Amino acid sequence: MNWDWQVFCKDTIDGNMVPRCFGGAGDITYLDWLLSAWGWTISVSLLALLVALVLGSIMGILRTAPHRGLVLLGNAWTELFRNIPLLVQIFLWYHVVPALIPPLRGVPSFLLVVLGLGLFTSARISEQVRAGIQSLTGGQRMAGLAMGFTLPQTYRYVLLPMAFRIVIPPLTSESMNIVKNSAVAFAVSISELTLFALQAQEETSRGIEIYLAVTGLYFITAFAINRVLHFVEQRVRVPGMIGGGG
Amino acid sequence: MRNIAVLQGLTFAASLCIALPALSQDTGTLKKIKDSGAATMGVRESSGGLSFTTGDGKFAGFHVELCQRALADVQKQLGLARLDIKYQPVTSQNRIPLTQNGTVDIECGSTTNNAARQKDVAFAVTTYVEEVRIAVKANSGITSIAQLNGRNVATTTGTTSVQLLRKHERATGVDFKEVFGKDHADSFLLLESGRADAFVMDGQILAGNIAKSKNPADFKIVGEVLAVEPIAIMLRKDDPAFKKAVDDSLKALIKSGEMAKIYDKWFMQPIPPANKPIGLPASEATKAAWANPNDKPAEDYAKK
Repeated sequence: MNWDWQVFCKDTIDGNMVPRCFGGAGDITYLDWLLSAWGWTISVSLLALLVALVLGSIMGILRTAPHRGLVLLGNAWTELFRNIPLLVQIFLWYHVVPALIPPLRGVPSFLLVVLGLGLFTSARISEQVRAGIQSLTGGQRMAGLAMGFTLPQTYRYVLLPMAFRIVIPPLTSESMNIVKNSAVAFAVSISELTLFALQAQEETSRGIEIYLAVTGLYFITAFAINRVLHFVEQRVRVPGMIGGGG
Repeated sequence: MRNIAVLQGLTFAASLCIALPALSQDTGTLKKIKDSGAATMGVRESSGGLSFTTGDGKFAGFHVELCQRALADVQKQLGLARLDIKYQPVTSQNRIPLTQNGTVDIECGSTTNNAARQKDVAFAVTTYVEEVRIAVKANSGITSIAQLNGRNVATTTGTTSVQLLRKHERATGVDFKEVFGKDHADSFLLLESGRADAFVMDGQILAGNIAKSKNPADFKIVGEVLAVEPIAIMLRKDDPAFKKAVDDSLKALIKSGEMAKIYDKWFMQPIPPANKPIGLPASEATKAAWANPNDKPAEDYAKK
């Protein structure tokens, strides 16, 4: 196997080697392109994660509320977004929904994919948040209410602080998944790592080097998220509680 | 101009390893065909009207028929009572190694004849010249690439057209907003749904997608030819006797006018599986290649 890592130093237009590997003045090397693609992957992932955490938490909470309508709404949301394949959902947001609602045609595909990926992941997070809340004994909720807290106060000060601590490990996996799932963005023309890999290996015929570099960046990104959430998990640990390391 | 999957890349790497030691063993394809009474034709699953499968391991298309004719002539030349033709599907990634190592005797797909490949394989005389063109909506009023300044232009990820557009932008200062479809059907949908104002791709692929669309009259292929690539039947390198046999057969088809008829059959008449015609008349460049049979690489076309 002959390695040719110099391929990243080539200009993307004429294929000539660029000294020091970074282009300038309108010249773009494959390394420049790789880094910009990494930027797109990170942007899509983090924004989608934000959408997913907010909506997933809300839906997860609704599913444990003592109100049949709210539970139904939360369940319907979760099952809808959980049971349609991610790539199909992205396709629906990109091609089908704008055909039905013409004003959506002007929405940039970046926002559509953030929304699509965020909604898909929100269903999974809602399931985890629900599980976290239901893992607490029923007495906690009753105790909160008996103390004179309103229902929202009971959630805010009694249930959620424990529930979220319990579900940090599955949330960590989900946050890492979103980085890998962001690869679907290539289907809607976002110039992220997967699109870069597909295109650059065709242009350079150095597929193995390109894919190894892209694999490395996905790993680094997902692992960085893992470390950040691990740090959070350590910091918020309550001694004596589940997973508190007593 | 092809889509590529990771797996195929690995297959390519694997087949390279097999290919290298076998290079020098063959002592002429004609002898091999005479001894075995069989020839293996490399074919593509889906290369437009040039080479495609009709299911059940059967293959058809313009280049497949030309190869069948050429092999029939070879059979006559060798005086064989019968000649078995085996069909071996190949991909963009493995077609060259498989031709080199003797798995495939004659590759009848959509391979561009270029200088880099001529170091590894030989090509029969050019039988089809691919032109990269622009498809637009018929009512868009767009007639040239200059009008695409600031507009959305669709093309397919993993094809050389992406690079071609980038080069064009650099050379002319035109600013496209590129939209990348994940495959040709997706790129065409971008044009159809109005997300893109134009779709830049091989003329054959554009014509095929337009033919398959709900309303073919809504689209047309316009403007200048953005790039030209000679597509040819691929053969093993350094086997002049076999190349001469194939070339002579193709030249005879051109001379008798059969070539134009076979082209018409695959590009103008309805073809399976949808029984719709591609509707792409032979381009001037293709006719020029027939008028003056040659095996010049793509680089010679670019010089003009």
